[in-house]
Amino acid sequence: MAQVLINDAEKKFIVDGVEVNMRNDGRTCNSYRPMELECDLVSTANGSARLRLANSDILVGVKTEIDAPHPDTPDLGKVEFFVDCSANATPVFEGRGGEDLATEISNSLSKAYYSSFPLHKLKIVSGHMCWKLTVDILILELGGNLFDATSLAVKAALYSTQIPRVSTAAVDGKNIDLQLSDDPHDCWSLDVSCIPCLVTMCKIGDHHLVDPTQEEEACSNASLIMAVTRKGKITSTFKYGDSSLHYNSVTKILKAGVEVGKSLNQALDEALVRESKLGPNRKKFGFLFVN
Amino acid sequence: MSEDKDKPVIEIMLASDRLDPLIEIHEFTDPILTPGETVEYLEGYMTGHGTFPDGEEIKASVGGVVEKVNQLVSVRAMNSRYIGEIGEVVVGRIIGLQSQKWVVDTNSILESSLHLTSVNLPGGEQRRRSVQDEEMMREFLKEGDLISAEIHQISTDGQLTLHTRSLRYGKLGQGILLTVPPSLIRRSKSHFCNLACGAQVILGCNGYVWVSAIDENQSGGFIQNMEVVQLSDRETITRLNNVIKALAESKVMLFDTSIQYAFEESMKYSMFDLLRPEYKLDLVLCTAQKLQTLGLTD
Repeated sequence: MAQVLINDAEKKFIVDGVEVNMRNDGRTCNSYRPMELECDLVSTANGSARLRLANSDILVGVKTEIDAPHPDTPDLGKVEFFVDCSANATPVFEGRGGEDLATEISNSLSKAYYSSFPLHKLKIVSGHMCWKLTVDILILELGGNLFDATSLAVKAALYSTQIPRVSTAAVDGKNIDLQLSDDPHDCWSLDVSCIPCLVTMCKIGDHHLVDPTQEEEACSNASLIMAVTRKGKITSTFKYGDSSLHYNSVTKILKAGVEVGKSLNQALDEALVRESKLGPNRKKFGFLFVN
Repeated sequence: MSEDKDKPVIEIMLASDRLDPLIEIHEFTDPILTPGETVEYLEGYMTGHGTFPDGEEIKASVGGVVEKVNQLVSVRAMNSRYIGEIGEVVVGRIIGLQSQKWVVDTNSILESSLHLTSVNLPGGEQRRRSVQDEEMMREFLKEGDLISAEIHQISTDGQLTLHTRSLRYGKLGQGILLTVPPSLIRRSKSHFCNLACGAQVILGCNGYVWVSAIDENQSGGFIQNMEVVQLSDRETITRLNNVIKALAESKVMLFDTSIQYAFEESMKYSMFDLLRPEYKLDLVLCTAQKLQTLGLTD
């Protein structure tokens, strides 16, 4: 990840702060910075969301497409993730500089979604046709904790995704006659309740914290990133950073991460419900401050 | 350690709850122009920085405030890179070493430089710089280190040359660095403010603000105090960090009094509340009012 340059004294200040449970912005080790969410920003996508967590700014768009399923999974649909790290976020991303991070994020998401995403719902005709969801993730600004922010934005975008309803699908030998509903508003949306969110547990000194800032990420040698569903099921974990984690601290972090993951999913669900209550004709705010 | 017991705090707001952080305290000040807005009619005026002639009119090419010197009309950008002036205090970060000089990031267009001859080396001011000193440069300042310095020279292309030849300047120790737009730093007699709340704030004119505990035996050398910062000091520093960020977000000028007032106002909120937009706005409004009654806004 694009790391910021900080010196030993600043690092010491941050590490000591974590020790006494008072981080540089006054948070405790267990609190997230307030974030802002808006769904359905992109009118050309089937579903979209923008999440801003302090300075981390993520825009996600979901497009639906009809595709042939994999031969070995004829009853399942497809989800693909594409991450684009904008050079506006940091000059490091210029050219192919953001590619490593992009692959890392898209891999982590596909791994997290592999066992939990309701792919069977995307089936149209077994073995012949399925829906393919293309999730495009755009990283516009960096402010730390990219994995969590991205996964939240993706989940929100999938929640808002409208998939057209298929009215008739008839198989006639090799020909498939597919007809979508005449009404463009006749859509169904995915059940996102079992989709996980990524939780980054950043280990600094002997303690672990959630939602690290960029400076805190620079102080940490290793973090454990885990995908946790609403019910507290871990669907994938991986370690980020150069150094290793001790067995004892891994178990401790996993335990704490499940609780964080549950609350994170709950908070997101509440926000999504609150937004959908505002109705489909609500005002869109986008990137402007002035109302 | 209570961190394992307390519940995770997670708040997700909606865009519809968004607050505009800009407050209406600028009634006596010049209006802020947006790019493309007409500044003046061309007749009798010359176009300066941040403007362009368009037909009969002079228009702003950046967002900012108008400045007029005789016939020259220019627009000073609200949000720009730092354009230095000789003698200003800046805070910078060492990003590289070259022969006989350090390369410093000062938020300006070009990287600034700090020559080996413009620092006070240990062992007397008039000491000659030897080859050994050059070899030991990384011992004094290395990549990532923060310094406070003064602008010594500005070259024709705008590159800044710094010096730290005073006991006030030198390497910075433990604390927090904040970045704010350079236009928000008010030029004042001293940019080293020892606030009454018990912390030191260095308001670098380049928009880098350094918040740290007050260090009594300030040596201005290359020694960093690596002792653990006391909890009370840390509380003050983190609170100041949040307060200054809130002020900067609302485009309130930063100087010792505004920061001190905002700090006093902030005491009614918990530390986490200071991250929430509604409380930040309230804090800024209270501070702005207080400053206005005392006639300190500009």
